Amino acid sequence: MMPDKASNSASRSILFAIVGSGGAGALTAGAILLEAAGKAGWYGIMSRSVGPQIRGGEAAALVRLSTRPVDCMAETFDFLIAIDWRNADRFAAEMPLAANGLVIGDPANGDAPDAIVGTGVNQAHIAMKELAGSLPGGRENMIAAGLAVGLTGLPIENLTSVIASKLAGKGEEAIETGCKCVEIGSHHAGLLEKSFALETPAASQNGRWLITGNEAVGLGAVRGGIRFAAAYPITPATEVLEWLAPALTKVGGALVQAEDELASINMAIGASFGGRPSITATSGPGLALMVESLGLAAAAEVPIVVIDVMRGGPSTGIPTKSEQSDLNIAIYGCHGDAPHLVVAPLSVADCLFTAQWAVHLAEAMQTPAIVLSDQSLGQARVVIEQPADVAFIARRELFKDAGDEIYNRYAVTGSGVSPMALPGTTGGQYTADGLTHTVKGIPSSKNLDHREQLDKRYRKIADFDYGNHWAAIEHNGAAGTHEDFTILTWGSLTGAAREAMVTLADDGIGVRLVALRLIAPFLKDKFLAAVHGSQRILVVEQTHSGQFHQYLRANCDLPGEVRHFHRPGPQLIGPTEISTQIRNWRRS
Amino acid sequence: MNIMQPGPFKAANYKSDVTPVWCPGCGDFHVLLSLTKALAELGAAPENVALVSGIGCSSRIPAYTNCYGFHGVHGRSLALGAGLKVARPDLTVLVMSGDGDGFSIGGNHFLHACRRNIDMTYVVMDNRVYGMTKGQPSPTTEPDWDSALSPGGTGLSPFHPLVIALASGANFVAREFSGDIKGTTRTIVEAVRHPGFSFVEILSPCVTFRPDERAWKTQTHVASVEATDDPARAARRIMTDDGFNTGVLYRGRRKPYEHHVTDRIVDPAILEQEFAI
Ligand SMILES: Cc1ncc(C[n+]2csc(CCOP(=O)(O)OP(=O)(O)O)c2C)c(N)n1
Ligand code: SF4
Repeated sequence: MMPDKASNSASRSILFAIVGSGGAGALTAGAILLEAAGKAGWYGIMSRSVGPQIRGGEAAALVRLSTRPVDCMAETFDFLIAIDWRNADRFAAEMPLAANGLVIGDPANGDAPDAIVGTGVNQAHIAMKELAGSLPGGRENMIAAGLAVGLTGLPIENLTSVIASKLAGKGEEAIETGCKCVEIGSHHAGLLEKSFALETPAASQNGRWLITGNEAVGLGAVRGGIRFAAAYPITPATEVLEWLAPALTKVGGALVQAEDELASINMAIGASFGGRPSITATSGPGLALMVESLGLAAAAEVPIVVIDVMRGGPSTGIPTKSEQSDLNIAIYGCHGDAPHLVVAPLSVADCLFTAQWAVHLAEAMQTPAIVLSDQSLGQARVVIEQPADVAFIARRELFKDAGDEIYNRYAVTGSGVSPMALPGTTGGQYTADGLTHTVKGIPSSKNLDHREQLDKRYRKIADFDYGNHWAAIEHNGAAGTHEDFTILTWGSLTGAAREAMVTLADDGIGVRLVALRLIAPFLKDKFLAAVHGSQRILVVEQTHSGQFHQYLRANCDLPGEVRHFHRPGPQLIGPTEISTQIRNWRRS
Repeated sequence: MNIMQPGPFKAANYKSDVTPVWCPGCGDFHVLLSLTKALAELGAAPENVALVSGIGCSSRIPAYTNCYGFHGVHGRSLALGAGLKVARPDLTVLVMSGDGDGFSIGGNHFLHACRRNIDMTYVVMDNRVYGMTKGQPSPTTEPDWDSALSPGGTGLSPFHPLVIALASGANFVAREFSGDIKGTTRTIVEAVRHPGFSFVEILSPCVTFRPDERAWKTQTHVASVEATDDPARAARRIMTDDGFNTGVLYRGRRKPYEHHVTDRIVDPAILEQEFAI
């Protein structure tokens, strides 16, 4: 959930890439290295970059390992291993190498393309293909994995144990060959006279997990009580749905594949009307199709959770890359005044907590909750400390038959929440309606009914007690107030902001972080208290137009001097960029 | 359908005290009457019946009953109903719609609801016009029907709901005329009892924008042939009849939709094991 102190991950981490054309197994190599690192007691994060081909294009595994938990990628790479160079220049811009970085290629494939080799980068040649060929069934990607083992100091037995379990179905021989390749690779790395070794890890306390943001969202939803999902596939949200399909069956729920997002959201609303906490997951284009029905769920007061794993937009945009640009549609997409909830996970691990919290909020307030995850969270795989079990369970206020009492589904209550009758309950019959209605649910166009119902729907969201989960508020512990900086951000950029704070603390620059998990409603009083006294505020977001900044400005007057650092995807805003913004500001 | 004992119910038990917005003489009044009679005959307690609809004059029907209802957005009633029925298989779910709601804006859902074959009943009150928005042509309107929005007619050939239902996999296909209370009641009862997705098109005149449809009273006639379970025969009949045959045309034997059910429900905590390393 919310660590109260930013974790130091900047200095004790390494970032590397393994690239290759389709079928070369670069992604497999990255994945097993990440898992092995987790077994060894390190933390890590892996993201993947793939070409536009549906199958078999070039692929890169981007792996960051650290002795401390990591919530984001770093910006410069320590080393890059190319199983081959085909189309590798397409990745060049994504993988800038550190000045003393290392590029390892196979001499059979020639020199690294100019785009990859910046000035001062060391190059090494290792005959991966030939080495793999020396063993029957040997594969270059396992040699590459072995090279990474040697360069990082990852204990080889952790990798071989991962290989043994991954290849268990392929027989003893395959396992032996795989392990042998890794040994050979590791041995050759030792000959390079170059090392990026990480410190020996601390032992894990509760055990480690290996999980993606999309899986974590699914798990959080099920933990929160979701038992129905409706699905229409879309990148990069599909894995949420694919994880939920068997998981829901196991816990006695169901997932239905819909014909489109118009159907999926309405299926979820129908199931929730029947009393089952319900969810759907999509990305920008699907969310755009859903907004009319989001308004229905708000007006008819039917709880649902919509996961939006954001990608570059507008229109089809960049399906495989991250952006935070669905903020506006999530907040303002509905026509009419339709109070609903918008929340955003602050890290891959936090996808679990935030999804679970969203279910809790939606159910408690009988209204839709949109969870704004994004591609950088959803498709990243991380090693994390096993998360604590939080006690948010979907709890909907229900009407219980009490004899001859007259039931008003949309009764005007103090909290704004009215007990809901589930079909099957005697005496609770009503018609849920998107038309403005009376307390009984009967269509009405009267001033008073419209006003009263709008008020109540607003009230239930405005007056709810969100506790301290609405934001992560942290300080890096450095320096005096006269040079206090505040970073204001939300969702997935929180990790980069936290990491920037740590390096700034090393330089004695005091930084406060206010990262919003609850986007809508905007808790003005709490927010102003959190930023109170800030002299220099840096608003950070991954959008072209500055949607988050505009949202903040529309809701309050920010104190002090405000600067705004924003750009669209696909290049993620990284920790060094944020710290540079602040350093430059301090100097100016 | 669900197992129901004939209860001590009368049609009046299913009526609410909400006054319909419909024009005097609208065919939908008759549909409401037949529906409540059918529910009484089925013996389903009102609280165990859910009526789901979209937007249109016809879609107003749920609130005029004493059942659970959901008056959703335009065109999405089948999806609402599907979600509800999968989540709550114990309920009797009927989706109530109009020709604009069901075949135009909701056309795609119609195809997939037939394919999916969830055990529910889809009743479309077809008046071959958009009534609620005051008289525009719908997908079932004749090509030469003149209107302000399509002067001189659309020139488009009408959509044939029954054939499309059949081709898409609906498990029960019938046509009725709203004025035939007995026939409509009987068919709704049968549709609800038939397993899987049952589609009933009810020719229900819009007396305000299509006064010519008053003639349906004499034009419609009970089909002289028995229903078939052979989709090819049913299709041929439907394609070649005069459009005014009523009665059950097709009773299929497809297995209704089922989602994967486990015989052992586990605690969600078990799901977490896959992430431990
Ligand atoms: C998204 C959307 N588009 C348009 C409308 C306007 N509208 C309301 S009812 C209707 C047509 C209804 O026709 P039909 O389903 O045939 O019902 P009838 O009124 O004839 O019974 C339309 C277009 C709407 N409510 N929502
Ligand atoms: S406009 Fe037509 S369909 Fe609508 S209520 Fe009047 S008669 Fe019925």
